[in-house]
Amino acid sequence: MKRFIMAAAVLAIGTFAVTAQGSDPIAARKESMKAVGQQTGLGARMARGQAAFDLTQARAIFAAYEQAAATYANLFPEGSQTGGETAALPAIWANRAAFTAAVAKWGADARTEGAKVTDLATFQAAFGEVTKNCGSCHETYRARRN
Amino acid sequence: MIRRLLVLVAVLGVVAGAAFWWLTMPQRLAPAALAGPAPNVENGKLVFAAGGCASCHVTEGQPDRTRMGGGHGLKSPFGTFYAPNISPHPERGIGRWSEADFANAMLKGVSPAGEHYYPAFPYTSYQRMTVSDVRDLFAYMKTLPADATANRPHDLPFPFTVRRGLGLWKLAFLDGEPFRPDPSKPAAWNRGAYLVEGPGHCAECHSPRAFTGAITADRRFAGGPNPEGAGWVPNITPHRDGIASWSADDIASFLADGFTPGGDSTGGAMASVIRNTSQLSEADRAAMAAYLKALPAREGRAPPRR
Repeated sequence: MKRFIMAAAVLAIGTFAVTAQGSDPIAARKESMKAVGQQTGLGARMARGQAAFDLTQARAIFAAYEQAAATYANLFPEGSQTGGETAALPAIWANRAAFTAAVAKWGADARTEGAKVTDLATFQAAFGEVTKNCGSCHETYRARRN
Repeated sequence: MIRRLLVLVAVLGVVAGAAFWWLTMPQRLAPAALAGPAPNVENGKLVFAAGGCASCHVTEGQPDRTRMGGGHGLKSPFGTFYAPNISPHPERGIGRWSEADFANAMLKGVSPAGEHYYPAFPYTSYQRMTVSDVRDLFAYMKTLPADATANRPHDLPFPFTVRRGLGLWKLAFLDGEPFRPDPSKPAAWNRGAYLVEGPGHCAECHSPRAFTGAITADRRFAGGPNPEGAGWVPNITPHRDGIASWSADDIASFLADGFTPGGDSTGGAMASVIRNTSQLSEADRAAMAAYLKALPAREGRAPPRR
């Protein structure tokens, strides 16, 4: 029984990993950005003073960014330029190195800036700095939606 | 008989030509309209941000948003317009312009040489601006660095190359009306209406256009396909297709930091717009939000699902 559960778990994780990275990179990158967006929503509310500042929460935001940035650029393989209502622009594939570097910079900024956070003021500064990466990437590599 | 007919055709041709000439004559401001106290450069800086000048006119390929050498290409169904140099460079920019030249460009869409500008330069919105804001803006722009970038000609097919023809377009679509406050509405709404409809020129991107290139009035602010390429310009009316679920505070905060209530960070051309609106005062952003929240809800085409 134990073995069966283990096998099922491995199979489930394996299937997830395949879905996430192999067969459907478009769904995987949307999922990744959705999670990032949830964190950013929390962060924006704290930074704006619409929600109370929470240090643990604040640090989790930067950790989530760093984690997402570690794999995000891999989710745009050749052949995933279209389909699934993707908003990814051809600029990603045309400027592959620049795109990968931009994602890496986001992760690196999340690490360095996140380490400076001790209170609301330091959070606002760090969050503002790291999220500059959001706008600059969306400006160049994502089709207009908002 | 034939000769008579030819004479008639010739006469009709001359009459039509004269009518065209007369109808398409560039209209200028009366010189007295520009009277007033010394311009306020500080306010001019805010008008510059509210007007989004840098978004189109910044020198291509470099990040300094005070260098107004131009070169950005604005794609449209008519062709591609290239933003000109509006830095104080004497030959390449507008360094030799008088205040009247500048005001006629902003409020009448007429160049110092008396030619019509294409409405890719959004004077359809800028015409609502106060003369005093326009004078302040000009005073501020004179303090910016001169940039020697040469103007790139627009990439347009005939007949759109005939600027004189724009006189007819203006007759149909440029009403020449300044912004008129509505005394029955709160001061913040009026300030917001001025910023959104005038310098902010929000409707220019956030509205669908008819084949004439004019905004479809009953769909104003209801968004539509991106005329510049891939993607979508969102509906910014309080309709469920648009921003009905956003509070006024959500809108004002978005104009400051670019985050949607859902935690998305805006992209495309709006990322650049946020760099402008983030320079405004909190009160001005709140005023813009109040005006947008009070717009009639208009249906847009539902945006594609994420």
